[in-house]
Amino acid sequence: MPLELYLDLHSQPCRSVFLFAQINKIPFEFKAVDLSAGEQYGEEFGKVTIIRKVPVLKDGDFILTESIAILQYLAAKHRTPDHWYPADLQKRARVDEFLSWQHTNIRTHGSKVFWFRGVVPAVTGAPVSKEKMDAAVEDLNASLKTFEDKFLQSRPFIIGDKISLADLVAIVEIMQPVGTGLDVFQGRPVLSAWRDRVKKELGVEVFDEAHKVIMNVDTLPQTFEKKGLPEFLKLKLQKMFN
Amino acid sequence: MSLEIYLDLFSQPCRSVYIFAKKNNIQFDHKKISLFEGYQYSEEYGKINQLRKAPALKDGDFCLAESVAIMLYLAEKFHTPDHWYPADLQKRARVNEYLSWQHSAIRMHGSKMFWFKLLIPKALGVEITKEKMDNAVDDLNASLNIFEEKFLQDRPFVVGDQISLADLVAIVEIMQPVGAGMDVFENRPKLKAWKDRVRAEIGDELFDEAHQAILYAQETVKTMDPKKMEHFKPKILRYFLS
Repeated sequence: MPLELYLDLHSQPCRSVFLFAQINKIPFEFKAVDLSAGEQYGEEFGKVTIIRKVPVLKDGDFILTESIAILQYLAAKHRTPDHWYPADLQKRARVDEFLSWQHTNIRTHGSKVFWFRGVVPAVTGAPVSKEKMDAAVEDLNASLKTFEDKFLQSRPFIIGDKISLADLVAIVEIMQPVGTGLDVFQGRPVLSAWRDRVKKELGVEVFDEAHKVIMNVDTLPQTFEKKGLPEFLKLKLQKMFN
Repeated sequence: MSLEIYLDLFSQPCRSVYIFAKKNNIQFDHKKISLFEGYQYSEEYGKINQLRKAPALKDGDFCLAESVAIMLYLAEKFHTPDHWYPADLQKRARVNEYLSWQHSAIRMHGSKMFWFKLLIPKALGVEITKEKMDNAVDDLNASLNIFEEKFLQDRPFVVGDQISLADLVAIVEIMQPVGAGMDVFENRPKLKAWKDRVRAEIGDELFDEAHQAILYAQETVKTMDPKKMEHFKPKILRYFLS
């Protein structure tokens, strides 16, 4: 039975898993999950996991959620090159440190800006208040500053000379707001240079392939007009704004 | 050069690191810091942890932030018993899955309850609306439901028969709202049974010692100087109430 990966490339953690599997030539079946249609709340997906999130890995009977866990599992199982998740104690700790920190920092703030710029206006037809938007962008900027000042510094990649899971997870999260037209790399030469390095290491073609849908997210309004608005989205928006 | 670990036991991730180190007889210099006093913003602490958070580890010249990264580092370096972070591929994946999921779930919702019920009204003097409080309680309950239904199920511990880092990280987070006077174990017999098992495995004395500060929080907050908390106020209100 082949490895199955349940993915929607609108989702940052799906992109990191997709890229990792592709680059390391890990054969898998791409099981598309349409988040904009609410498929993660459907009966079919519920049989795979009650977590209602993507990505999900299904390796025979073994089902695993959480991109970080999936990446660590694939790295170990397929014995991917050491630099992705080094055996060296301190290098690995540096990767773990970033993978832990990013959840409630770059990931949270990049996602929020993406929702505020790309999704909410598509659903409600109205922009988010300037106050809320400015606060979200400010938080994202603070995270990016920390990323540059602490995690990157003057190194080519987060842990040194070679790319690791840390860079992979970082780049997919940082690309999320970019899809809505917010060029976070503008005015950030260190970040831009790092992005170029990461893109080259991953392979420009596969990087662009992974990011195609997010870079076309301005078609979301038409998508919702055509397919209708899933219930979960209405509820999520309500909660976000009270 | 000794191993230094910077901890404030009001903080959940500090408790898991403390318990893990003590339980495994890892010799370390316990550097007690006070987050409420703002020590994390000092110049001195900035040299240890630029992220301005606790816990932090300093092993010789090597500084490390993020409790999950710290515990993985200690587990590896001190060759702690396998059950804490099993070498088995699938068992380890289960631990990693929980450690990843918890950041934006139990940790976030448990922290929020602690701030909403105790610190924001009592130390910052700001009222929480019923709607916001109800949403926070709903979120915590949803996370606890997922914990019971997916991560625990009918197993004694998250991974199976033995305690792991997943249970340790889970318990310290779940105890946080308890410190604010919210009995999360009421009407959750399965959760309560699991807590009792975890406490027994850790050792009652060590568990209680680690949780002394948080369980006394309702008293401590009465003697807290609101002026000292002023500098936190805008940041906290923005983080939780925007």
